[in-house]
Amino acid sequence: MSEVTSSASDFPTTAFPTTAKVVIVGAGIVGNCLVGHLARLGWTDMVLIDKGPLPNPGGSTGHASNFIFPTDHNKEMAAITLESQRQYVELGMNNTCGGIEVARTPERMEEFNRRMTSAKAWGIEASLLTPTEIKEMVPFINEKILLGGYYTASVSVVDSLQTGTLLRQEAIDKGVLQVFATTEVMDLETTDGAISAVVTNKGRIEAEYVVIACGVWSPRIAAMAGATIPLTPAVHQMADVGPIDILQQSGKELAYPIIRDMDTFCYERQSAGSMEVGSYAHRPIFMHPDDIPSIEASALTPTELPFTPDDFDQQFEEAIDLMEMLGDAEIKYAINGLLSLTPDANPVLGETIEVKNLWSAAAVWIKEGPGCAQLVAEWMTYGYPQMCDPHGSDIARFYPHERTEEHILARCAEHFNKTYGIVHPREQWASRRGMRRSPFFAREEALGAVFFDARGWERPQWFTSNEVLFEKYPQADTPRPAEWDGRWWSPITNAEHLAMRDSVGVVDLTAFNEFDFTGPGAMAHLQHICVNNVDVAPGKSIYTPLLTPAGGFRGDLTIQRLAPDHYRVITGAFDGGRDNYWFTRDLPADGSVTFTDMSQSLCTIGVWGPNAVATLAKITTVNGKPADLSQVGSPYGSVIDALIDGVPVTMFRISYVGENGWEIYTRVEHGLHLWDSVFEAGAEFGIIPVGIGVYAVTGRIEKGYRLMGAELESEYNPVEAGLARPKVKSADFIGKAAYLAARDEPLAATMCTLSITDHTSAAGIPRYPVGGNEPIVTLDGERIVDRKGRVSRVTTAGAGPSLGKFLLLAYLPPEHAVEANKLAIMYMNELFPVTVERVGSKALFDPEDARMKS
Amino acid sequence: MRILVCVKRVPAPGSRISITADGLAVDTAFLGFTTSPHEECAVEAAVQLVEAHGGSATVLTLGPAEAEEQLRYAASVGVSNAVLLATDGADWDPQRTAAAITAAITAIEDRDGVFDLILFGNESADSGGFQVGVRVARHLDRPIVNGIKGISIADGIATLERPTDAGQEVYELTMPAVAGVKEGINLPRYPTLKGRLASKKVQIAIIEPSAKPGGQVLVRLEPPAELTTSTTMLGNGPDAAAAVVDLLEELGVLR
Amino acid sequence: MSGAVLVVLEHDRGTIAPAALEALTAGRALAAQLGTTLEALTVGSNGDSLVADAESFGADVIHQAHHALLTDYNPEAWGEVVAQMITATQPAVVLATGTDRGNEVLAQAAARCDSAFVANCLTFEPGQPGGTFGVTRVRWGGSLIERATVAGTGTGTGTGTATGTGTGTGTGTGTGTKLLTIAHHAVDASPAANPGAGTATVFEARLDPSVARTMIVARVERPAGVTLATAPVVVGGGRGVGSADGFAPLQSLADLLGGVVGCSRAVTNLGWRNHTDQVGQTGTRIAPDIYIACGISGAIQHWVGAMASKKILAINTDPQANMVTKSDYAVIGDLHQVIPAITAEIERRRAT
Repeated sequence: MSEVTSSASDFPTTAFPTTAKVVIVGAGIVGNCLVGHLARLGWTDMVLIDKGPLPNPGGSTGHASNFIFPTDHNKEMAAITLESQRQYVELGMNNTCGGIEVARTPERMEEFNRRMTSAKAWGIEASLLTPTEIKEMVPFINEKILLGGYYTASVSVVDSLQTGTLLRQEAIDKGVLQVFATTEVMDLETTDGAISAVVTNKGRIEAEYVVIACGVWSPRIAAMAGATIPLTPAVHQMADVGPIDILQQSGKELAYPIIRDMDTFCYERQSAGSMEVGSYAHRPIFMHPDDIPSIEASALTPTELPFTPDDFDQQFEEAIDLMEMLGDAEIKYAINGLLSLTPDANPVLGETIEVKNLWSAAAVWIKEGPGCAQLVAEWMTYGYPQMCDPHGSDIARFYPHERTEEHILARCAEHFNKTYGIVHPREQWASRRGMRRSPFFAREEALGAVFFDARGWERPQWFTSNEVLFEKYPQADTPRPAEWDGRWWSPITNAEHLAMRDSVGVVDLTAFNEFDFTGPGAMAHLQHICVNNVDVAPGKSIYTPLLTPAGGFRGDLTIQRLAPDHYRVITGAFDGGRDNYWFTRDLPADGSVTFTDMSQSLCTIGVWGPNAVATLAKITTVNGKPADLSQVGSPYGSVIDALIDGVPVTMFRISYVGENGWEIYTRVEHGLHLWDSVFEAGAEFGIIPVGIGVYAVTGRIEKGYRLMGAELESEYNPVEAGLARPKVKSADFIGKAAYLAARDEPLAATMCTLSITDHTSAAGIPRYPVGGNEPIVTLDGERIVDRKGRVSRVTTAGAGPSLGKFLLLAYLPPEHAVEANKLAIMYMNELFPVTVERVGSKALFDPEDARMKS
Repeated sequence: MRILVCVKRVPAPGSRISITADGLAVDTAFLGFTTSPHEECAVEAAVQLVEAHGGSATVLTLGPAEAEEQLRYAASVGVSNAVLLATDGADWDPQRTAAAITAAITAIEDRDGVFDLILFGNESADSGGFQVGVRVARHLDRPIVNGIKGISIADGIATLERPTDAGQEVYELTMPAVAGVKEGINLPRYPTLKGRLASKKVQIAIIEPSAKPGGQVLVRLEPPAELTTSTTMLGNGPDAAAAVVDLLEELGVLR
Repeated sequence: MSGAVLVVLEHDRGTIAPAALEALTAGRALAAQLGTTLEALTVGSNGDSLVADAESFGADVIHQAHHALLTDYNPEAWGEVVAQMITATQPAVVLATGTDRGNEVLAQAAARCDSAFVANCLTFEPGQPGGTFGVTRVRWGGSLIERATVAGTGTGTGTGTATGTGTGTGTGTGTGTKLLTIAHHAVDASPAANPGAGTATVFEARLDPSVARTMIVARVERPAGVTLATAPVVVGGGRGVGSADGFAPLQSLADLLGGVVGCSRAVTNLGWRNHTDQVGQTGTRIAPDIYIACGISGAIQHWVGAMASKKILAINTDPQANMVTKSDYAVIGDLHQVIPAITAEIERRRAT
């Protein structure tokens, strides 16, 4: 007999380690899969700890309903989910039962058409069912209240605990992992901004890497190192009701498809003789991570909180309406289960921005667990994920104001009931608006701006004051009769577009981020990150892609060289957080480069159109003399310091809308004066405010300009995007080797511009796709997949008012990337004919860029 | 047949019970509440008796407003009337509790008629005073027997079974009567969804109880002395069998 | 007023309950503390046989309550007898067993005296302000300890210190008789070191015929053999056993050791075993020489029913299960492999 603390065969009997290469905190689905994937990628010397017992340490993995509905409109989440399901299948942990989403409303039926379209895009077998067909598959359903269903045969229930156990065991068997249950993290130690040790109740481990994979507890653990993981524990109610005769008689765990009652935000999933009823319909119920009870103090587990039946009653009633038999079923087990919610409902993956080598793998659902784990493992191994672009999940996406409890709770409260909602691709947040306002806000409001949220910034999407332009441009007033197509959109954008191209318009670009890099090492630092040569003359600028180590797009932006040792990186609102991280993570330790985030100090307007120069020339001086703003005096790409009506500004001759003109940067406090001066000077030209609808969609798409996060993703390279320059600079940069290789290989796909040639739907209504990953298919409706397995789909869709066409951007493989080629777009489960208008980056509008360089 | 069941709302704790900072209550910040287990069975017994003999069952509790949850739970499994003696949630001693319940029962019976049978739990899960039912029965001058795991009713007689180490004792109480019920008398049903929804419609009669404090005064709750058990590991899996049998021999239980 | 400590001796038709000896032991200590005598009460003439036990545990006087209606246990009759004894002898304390019967009888007596009654005490601190007693007592089956003050019989205002409870003063007189039971297993029964000869004295109870209403009208005797409460070995199974059939190996082991099978509340709720097998706060409290807990996580409900076991051996796959960490011995592993191996080992040794 000996005194030991634990000694089951799969628990190490060795002493608690004092060092490790990597410590993974959390043995739920994510942590377990992560150690398995890291082991497969060659990692050794790993330690996995959890404060709870194994195999169920008491987090949300232990009580999840564990089913997978693979269809997702979001490409990244669809990819991760499909990969996860593939891994569950590979491990024999996937029990396929099929699933039916049922509709009680016409809007939901329309959403099912959209789901059919996304299923087509991702290659998921799906079909629409009539109420009678639903009844045939689910005899106990009340089909009389249903309008139809969306059936996916591959819907499955997985064993998340056993999957985790298997992957964990795989790493143990390789001899690269030690596991310690009932081991609680007491502190995280950092050295010089990097993680250095984990202090636990069993001892201290020095570690090079630490991964936080502990779900609802993650923010609390991250905070120990001064890092933030923006998520909140939230309640999802679930009740197990039974026994139910017909389910018992089936003799199976899952004899019937899982039902998602989409319009009541509920699901019914057979669990042998009983039914699990879950809800996303109740009021949002949040909990602070510090308030989650300990294992000892919990009646069940810390994440199975006491059920609050009052919150569920309405769902019970609706469930009985759908399945009358549920009324007589007994409520045997019911919980307020905790799960993690994030402000935008996506996972939180990647290295924390605050602490080097401290990683987050949090806010992950069972359906995406193994995939997210693989993605993080790849990220840690290769410097970037290879499975798919992690744009939507990247922890660096959050700005400081998005990492606050106020923001997290407000946004989670807003989207919780949209878990089964019908969410438009252009859907706007209602909460936490007005967090960031440009100095022009008051003027814009007075002009009837309709504001869209851009990571906290209020940006005018269009101005209702411009409605008067329809008199001059009646052709702009093209209503979109299908409500869905015209939601969060206005034809005023078309009018603004035409007016700008005719004369001059002003766009508020204050949401830009400006990152200054100064010092003797600035050029070398940027050369390493950027594809294109940054060694240009002061007063010049650089457009450049940023690549992942594997040669895919990591970013795309412009850089101004303001002085020999002073660069200013300009990037958009949506990628600012990620770019900030990418540019600053590996700043030289010798102090040769100083980083300053100027984003809060500067405001920006774009003044564009044939009369932009004439407008600005009236009020712009350089060195006390009228500025020469012509192409001759200040060629395209120039950066000059000037005064506009006495306001010190930096002017950058560039355009994302294909017009002559300038981006003008000044300090925030001068913004309003600048705005008024420009509008006064432009009055004689009929100057108008122009919304982001033109800047980001119509103006851009006519020029075929690519957008990071839409056309540009890590799965595609600059050659495919049509953004490769004739020569490659000699200096080394991230992704160079892969980039050189890509230049030499035959193209697998090319970015193309297409136009819809007939908008008329079967119902006789003109339809205008919203640009949500609609697949581009052959005229026979076959998916188009390139030789790297990437599907052709719409990355941007929008009107081209100056061309009189509705344009689409999409990658096409070479056999289809032929101008005048006829293909089709699937939209709302219907095919509409399209023509390939342009292969590559040459613009459809003003292909020689004569207007910009006039 | 009119049956009354008196229940108590108690926390449903985990493997360790926490105490509030003032030492006067269980810290229920993260806990759900339930009906004391013996009483949950008493509710089931009442419902079964009504199902068998007709009549109605009433549930009564003395506790905070939140105890409505326990009354609704009883309603969700078939009790048709509910009475709440609403307190501010502070611990009421057994004498005071019994006096308040007695007064309430008397008032209800004056209006609606006598309860043929009143059921209590043998003792509450939390304070375990073992006396409220007896006191109420005494106040009402009705017979009561505790420890009951079997009830049958016929001809105005409640036949009660009470298991002991020696076997089964049988009592015959002329109704109106009172019994202290123990878990094991039945396996309580869970509420059905319909039952749950129906329970929302049950009117809860709220009575403000008043009774003088009794002679037992709570001073402070304390955790029990921590058992400093050092667990001796005898081994893993079947290989540990020899060590286990060695231990059994050492303890002298292997004869 | 005698001021004695009066112990009510629980018995079943003349057979003393083990807990009664614990109560005598505790009562003797309390009497010493109070500087008073230890007295005992037996109810019914068939309880007269308890004199020897009472003497050896130090009782100076043994009151033998007699009445024609006291042929068997009867809660109201016994409670009435105790109430009459209080009136007749004015003891400082009436102490009974913290068992179903003991608690029931004192509740009956307290209701009759309109006095406080505190069940399942662990320790006593007499001599509090106003003559009240301080006690510690069991809550939650022993998972919590309550400190309380208790006033005695009688009317008028007692002291009831009411520390922080806001309930104000209690009723009863501090100096009146305190009605208490001692929690089962709180003390080990030990006879007096130098017992004297006790004086047996018959107390003629005056019972109203109506007390017959709670008399036992029939009995179903239990077949001979060990019970869960008295077995020297209990082999318990929890949810980890997996099914009703899964208890077969546990039964075999229990049979080999002359013990019985117990189970957790989860198991009875699942319908795998009868409630009579349930070890726990609302089931049976056990106190075997060894409790072999198989696949039991160790929730409070179960633990408080098992904690009086002299030794606990846990067999569980989870080394961090509450039952494992609180046990004296543990085997980590699947009970379906471990139990048959133990059974085989016992049979092997017996064969040699």
